[in-house]
Amino acid sequence: MSAVGFRGRLKWGRLITPLAFLAITTALIFMPLERSGWNLDSTVRFLAFFATFVAIFSIFSLGLNVQWGYTGIFNFGVMAFFLVGANTAAIITKPPASGEFVQYVGGFGDKLDFIPYLDSEQWLPFLIGAAGAAVACGILAFLLSIPALRLRQDYFAIATIGIAELLRRVTIEERGLVNGSRGLPGIPRPLGGLEIPTPWGRLGDNPDEYKFIILGIVVIVLIIVYIAVERGIRSPWGRVLRALREDELTTAASGKNVFAFKSQGFVLGAMIMGVGGAMYAFANSSISPDNFTHFFGTFIFWAMLIVGGSGNNKGAILGAYMVWGLWIITLQIQGYDIPTVLSSRIFFIRDFLLGSLIVIVLLLRPRGLLPEERRVSIWVERHTRRLRRSGPAEAEPAESPSD
Amino acid sequence: MSVLAGRLTDTLATALDRFRGVGDQLILAAMWLFFLVFGTWAILTQTDAFAVGVVTGSVLALGAIGLTLIYGILKFAHFAHGDSMMLAGYIAFFALTGTVVGERTDTQPLPWSLSDLPGATDRIPWPGEGDFSFGYGLLLALPLAAAAMALIFVTLDRLVYRPLRRRGSGIVTFAIASLGIAIAMRSLMLIFWASSPRFYAPGIRPTTDLPFDVRIVTDQIFIFFVAIVVAALVYLLLFRTKLGKAMRAMADNSDLAQASGINTDQIVVWTWLIGGGLVAVAGVLLALQAQLKPELGFVLLVPLFAATILGGIGSPQGAFVGAMIVGISQEVFAAVGPDIGLSSGYKFSVAFIILILVLLLRPRGLFGAKT
Repeated sequence: MSAVGFRGRLKWGRLITPLAFLAITTALIFMPLERSGWNLDSTVRFLAFFATFVAIFSIFSLGLNVQWGYTGIFNFGVMAFFLVGANTAAIITKPPASGEFVQYVGGFGDKLDFIPYLDSEQWLPFLIGAAGAAVACGILAFLLSIPALRLRQDYFAIATIGIAELLRRVTIEERGLVNGSRGLPGIPRPLGGLEIPTPWGRLGDNPDEYKFIILGIVVIVLIIVYIAVERGIRSPWGRVLRALREDELTTAASGKNVFAFKSQGFVLGAMIMGVGGAMYAFANSSISPDNFTHFFGTFIFWAMLIVGGSGNNKGAILGAYMVWGLWIITLQIQGYDIPTVLSSRIFFIRDFLLGSLIVIVLLLRPRGLLPEERRVSIWVERHTRRLRRSGPAEAEPAESPSD
Repeated sequence: MSVLAGRLTDTLATALDRFRGVGDQLILAAMWLFFLVFGTWAILTQTDAFAVGVVTGSVLALGAIGLTLIYGILKFAHFAHGDSMMLAGYIAFFALTGTVVGERTDTQPLPWSLSDLPGATDRIPWPGEGDFSFGYGLLLALPLAAAAMALIFVTLDRLVYRPLRRRGSGIVTFAIASLGIAIAMRSLMLIFWASSPRFYAPGIRPTTDLPFDVRIVTDQIFIFFVAIVVAALVYLLLFRTKLGKAMRAMADNSDLAQASGINTDQIVVWTWLIGGGLVAVAGVLLALQAQLKPELGFVLLVPLFAATILGGIGSPQGAFVGAMIVGISQEVFAAVGPDIGLSSGYKFSVAFIILILVLLLRPRGLFGAKT
């Protein structure tokens, strides 16, 4: 994709994405550098922390992309899966509850080291926790899909808002379940006590170095999820999902079981969100009902997907980067010498900007920063590549239609 | 497994469809019977909660009537409705007290506001025991908030919804846009009035006795009567004027309405004006009944949509009945719930349960037209 179009004329529309990306990145690098007095070490640590959360939120927006971008399921209750995933992972990996003020079910952490290899307590519970979170979210989505997925899109959205609100209420009111409104602190960290020998010495014991370990874990999970989704969506199964999104009746007429495919798309997306929730719990090491609001738990992921471009996995990740970048930049601005009137309500101003941003993107760039790609099959892509190698003139892939 | 589930629910849906063909009226009759029995039981055993429920229901009703008009005529789920109600409540609060938040969380009164009028905050007397908690200042602030909200809605339509309509966007795009607007509205409230709860009048609210041993806050009588009067006005407007006829025609079939010479653009503007007015009255009454708090807006969505869908989308009388049912169920549950081991914090979840049952059993609601 070049920014120079037909007969060398500059296409400004194509420059928006790289320019926005550059602006956010520059601000993200220079603001902490300047504030720390050009201290490279602390800036790198800060950026590692930032990247960890970008990766976690990318997992969510990929999950939402499977549901909305590819299957056309209008899930306004992402928070429900965020909450279930994070809490499931927490109660699986934490040690048993003790005392009057800390009550929760589960707590299998100290029993989950049955594989005697490389100190399995450091890594096995987390795999099981993440898998458990995915399974719990998958079951929830499956149960939810049976009554709700036949509803009209807008009814489904309202129903998912309702289920998210109901689950949030349950976690707050049923104190014995996940410790009520106090939340769950002290979730063990994956590979927390494990010291990894590297050429520069042992890595991992001190909290600053741990930031890089958790970043590595989360990025690996993100890459696995990304590859899985990309492969899935470019397969015949993925094409059925996209056909469903465009026209349910036609798809049904071609002999596809509409409900089954929609339910699969919904469950897959929910499982990915469950993994994201687990990663959030591990990276944050404590969760409370305050983390799971409609704004932070649902809206922000929608903002990421819409800004990035729904129907494009790279767009979903870019959206997570841009939105979370804006989020962090406002945090940084607060540290500068600005009037108290602004700094005391900079978070609300940020929320206002995010709300407006989603409307502006819908109006001016409805397909997002990275619009959906046209080709969807790995076979077609291979074929195009081969064609391009043999004859460059006619092999230029068709432009995606602009609207 | 999900293919199997797909088969299973397909069979189930076919069975349900067949059942619906025969028993559509049966389901409707059963729903009415259930609500009547439940209502009678609630009146007889939980009279206090029932009275409060009627008041909550009448606040919800004004919101739900506006929502059902927008849903019916503009054909999209207006997710900013709850936050608009709150914003209108805050606008009235601002007009009444002239308060905005200063540098941090200290309040910064403006030099002049409605409460500076002579005697504007003196409590309006009630013939019985216990006065209203507010003065005539609030009665002046109410139409101001309604006008402001109607203006805001029309402006938003011009800036956001009309371009989307012209482009022929789907219902989902509208819904996401309205969600963005909801978030922006909520942040505006937080920017100007911070997150601590606000009230129109300081101090305790006096209570009064009603017949049948019911003791309620005097303000709630005012809330109930304003809601009834406004709902009646909307009914007259929709069913006794030419504009109302045009609105109903457009809700029924907008292409046909346009073909018969109705200026649909104008109807859209009128819908937003009326919707804005209703939202403002509902918001002020809600703040009077409970409190002003920015977070409340989104939580309100579920009861509002439950009432709208239970009544049948596009049907104002349905929205009124639906809101009453939702309001009464919520309050009765809050009274009975703790006895059966469920915390009253689940109050708003009652609306969700009603919503799900209606969507499954009769998606077109009590008064909805056949689609």
